[in-house]
Amino acid sequence: MTEHQSSDRTAAGLVRGLSGRLARAVAVVSFLAASALPVAAAEVQRVVSDGGIVAWLVEDDAVPLVAVDFAFDGGAAQDPKERPGVANMLSTLLDEGAGELDSAAFQQKLEEEAVRLSFSAGRDAFNGSLRLISDRKEVAFELLSLALNQPRFDADPIERMRAQLISGINRDATDPEAIASRLWSTSVFGDHPYARPVDGTAETVAAITRDDIADYHRRTFARSNLVVGVVGAISAEELKPLLDKAFGPLPAEAELVDVPEATPTFGATETAALPNPQTTIRVGTVGLKRHDPDYMAAYVMNHILGGGSFSSRLYREVRETRGLAYSVWSAVVPYSYAGVFLGGTATRADRASETLEILTAEFKRMADGGPTDKEFADAKRFLTGSYALRFDGSGKIAAQLVSLQLDDMPIDYFNTRNAQIEALTLDDVKRAAKRVLGEAPLTVVTVGPSSS
Amino acid sequence: MKAIQQAARRLTVASVFGMSLAVGAALAADDETGTTEAPVIGANAASFTLDNGLEVVVIPDHRAPVVTHMVWYKVGSADEPVGKSGIAHFLEHLMFKGTITHPEGEFSRIVSENGGEENAFTSSDYTAYYQRVAREHLATMMSYEADRMAHLVLTDANVVPERQVVLEERSMRLDNEPSAILATAMDATLFLQHPYGVPIIGWKDEIETLDRTDAIAFYDRFYTPNNAVLVVAGDIEADEVRKLAEETYGKVARRAEPPARVRARAGVLDTPRQVDLADPRVSQESVRASWLVPSYLTAEPGAAEALDVLAEVLGGGISSRLYRELVIEQRLAVSAGAYYRGSALDATSFMAYGVPREGVSLETLRQAIFEIIAATAGDKPPTADEVARAKNRLLADTIYAQDSQTTMARIFGATLATGGTIADVQQWPSRIEAVPAEAVAAAAALLPAPRAVTGYLRKPAGEQPS
Repeated sequence: MTEHQSSDRTAAGLVRGLSGRLARAVAVVSFLAASALPVAAAEVQRVVSDGGIVAWLVEDDAVPLVAVDFAFDGGAAQDPKERPGVANMLSTLLDEGAGELDSAAFQQKLEEEAVRLSFSAGRDAFNGSLRLISDRKEVAFELLSLALNQPRFDADPIERMRAQLISGINRDATDPEAIASRLWSTSVFGDHPYARPVDGTAETVAAITRDDIADYHRRTFARSNLVVGVVGAISAEELKPLLDKAFGPLPAEAELVDVPEATPTFGATETAALPNPQTTIRVGTVGLKRHDPDYMAAYVMNHILGGGSFSSRLYREVRETRGLAYSVWSAVVPYSYAGVFLGGTATRADRASETLEILTAEFKRMADGGPTDKEFADAKRFLTGSYALRFDGSGKIAAQLVSLQLDDMPIDYFNTRNAQIEALTLDDVKRAAKRVLGEAPLTVVTVGPSSS
Repeated sequence: MKAIQQAARRLTVASVFGMSLAVGAALAADDETGTTEAPVIGANAASFTLDNGLEVVVIPDHRAPVVTHMVWYKVGSADEPVGKSGIAHFLEHLMFKGTITHPEGEFSRIVSENGGEENAFTSSDYTAYYQRVAREHLATMMSYEADRMAHLVLTDANVVPERQVVLEERSMRLDNEPSAILATAMDATLFLQHPYGVPIIGWKDEIETLDRTDAIAFYDRFYTPNNAVLVVAGDIEADEVRKLAEETYGKVARRAEPPARVRARAGVLDTPRQVDLADPRVSQESVRASWLVPSYLTAEPGAAEALDVLAEVLGGGISSRLYRELVIEQRLAVSAGAYYRGSALDATSFMAYGVPREGVSLETLRQAIFEIIAATAGDKPPTADEVARAKNRLLADTIYAQDSQTTMARIFGATLATGGTIADVQQWPSRIEAVPAEAVAAAAALLPAPRAVTGYLRKPAGEQPS
């Protein structure tokens, strides 16, 4: 329902066509992009219910709303090998009937109580989101409990969602960003689950059975791999029994299959033909995982190179100086089992090779020389100064609480993050630039008219 | 920076809310019925006007020490001179090219150094610029934004590459996307004579001719304090904004008297029209239909609200008529819905769409959509229950909109820039609540099949689904 309203050029270009974990990773990255002092409101409490459910809570009763975000570690990486798309399909079915309520009755109840419930599958986690008006806590958590613990998986909604998902996959078949994204993943990740599309393919989605869905749900929805973030007009004491109501009935231990560390291979060139006026370009190489000691340095490096501001090198060289593109971006993407670096743009087809040369040259320049003193100082100022912008809404904060826990970050992260950025030296950033951009070759994907 | 808001005409209050705002009033709920009493949106909003005519709206929200600072100009693509399509949006890009005292890049550098985010967008009826910053930097933002209200400097050296950027933006958003090409053609067909039929980003051959002189002429005509609305939302109160505004914007003299926004009236045709696009890039076919309907500004009291409720009854969620009948019961479609672009200066559009199941023709689906709409206007009017649920969904949107100061700023800005008032925003939920079921049926009668523009998005012949 929500429109992509603000249309920052980078955010739009970045998130579009990326799926699952990548989108979540981008969200993490962008929250990292944020002030000197975060926010008084963002004091995080660790709440443990009587039943042992842990949640991170930021209490704030300025508006009579509560935002609850949660996630189960696992995601599409837990899909059966021959059936990618199961987790994603499950995400469409949890609000389609649970307990005594069939699809229509469940939806009607959500509407009557103005409760919002949504789910999404990422590469490494399955995410859920509950929004409620603060005087309807009981009923909202009751509906959440039904969805999580007693989903019906009735035949009608399964067939309806299957048709809708296949329709979306068919549409993506001619979407340049979606094509580029898939080509990139298969080229880089080989046999690893990350090579498989989160949405599945038309064939695999057609083949997914109710048992596949129920089995995925049974294996991966458990207390052992659950993280919860809550923000809004609710106290710890109020929250505890509600946590037990929603999450208490889940099995204690998830049965996750082992996902191996990915060994991405870079350097290939992939092309797909699409009769568009533009050629869509995606490039990528090795990145860093979230707990790599150089991760934050790489994050700062990326901000200078092509992250989110109108002063990045790529923005200046590709867009401002030469007018080659409207959107040009780069990102460090920390998956659970691999770190990658991505960049992209879309440019007029007859100048695609020139644009690609500029991207490549800028990557090399950063790898060889790193940022200047001034660029580094400006980036620190921006990244620390803008952190407060991530805390002006409950939903925004709840999403961060979940990301932090999925990434095993400490509970005082909001208060220490800016100091970590301040402590970086130019040498740190140069070293990270070399590790990311100076060691592995680039994988290049282009999607456009065949003559380009 | 510099985004086109193709969707802007459908930024009704309702759809703005869908994105997330600050309701000052307490929200009451009736536990018996589960219904929600209509909240007052932005009950704590304050407004005043400076001596030079600049309207100011302040929406306090003290949850975080940040502010959203926006300036809305009451000018959009529908105000462009004939032959200069795209100039409103092109000027929006060029507003980042520097002024007499602050050369190109300085403002963006200051925003960035202070940890701020900035952007801008253009619609058919307005153009807006904003920054989000920690509250202590608000005065600086106001100073720079006031400066570029009057002192923009353009050179061919920065205008020409930026025109290329805009052409690439057009390719990316429009020419790369068959569904956007179809939507453009449908608007051109629906809005007979009216400039809403011209794409916001402009016709390609006209964009190619736009130059520095065109941009400055447009700027000098429309960018003046008496044609703008300043909106500040966040960790601040009205008194402080007033003081800062007088020190910054208050020093900008009136530069022009903007002309009345009178546009050619969109012609109404009782002739069904069809736009049929077959494109090799189409891999999922679909059909949509649009009708010319009143906007919040042109409608009789209550009629636009009824259209918003109708859009929910027909197309909001899985219990809506189009979804229930076409997707769940008749199994003709994999998805279906409807929406209404209410916040516009002039007559606007109502749209319904469907994506067929495999084996179902677009014509069959179109016919089924028309029958559902005709029944809603005729022998199967919306039930009290359907109307109540539709209102509940709209009211829930307003309640959840409380969570974002930026959304709040956008709702007030978009409404004031299209001729609405603060009271219009604040009382919108009550007016929705007051819509009678008969008015929703009457709204459906504004959508007769003969007046529809139908758009077909197809695979090329020979690639039809079996």
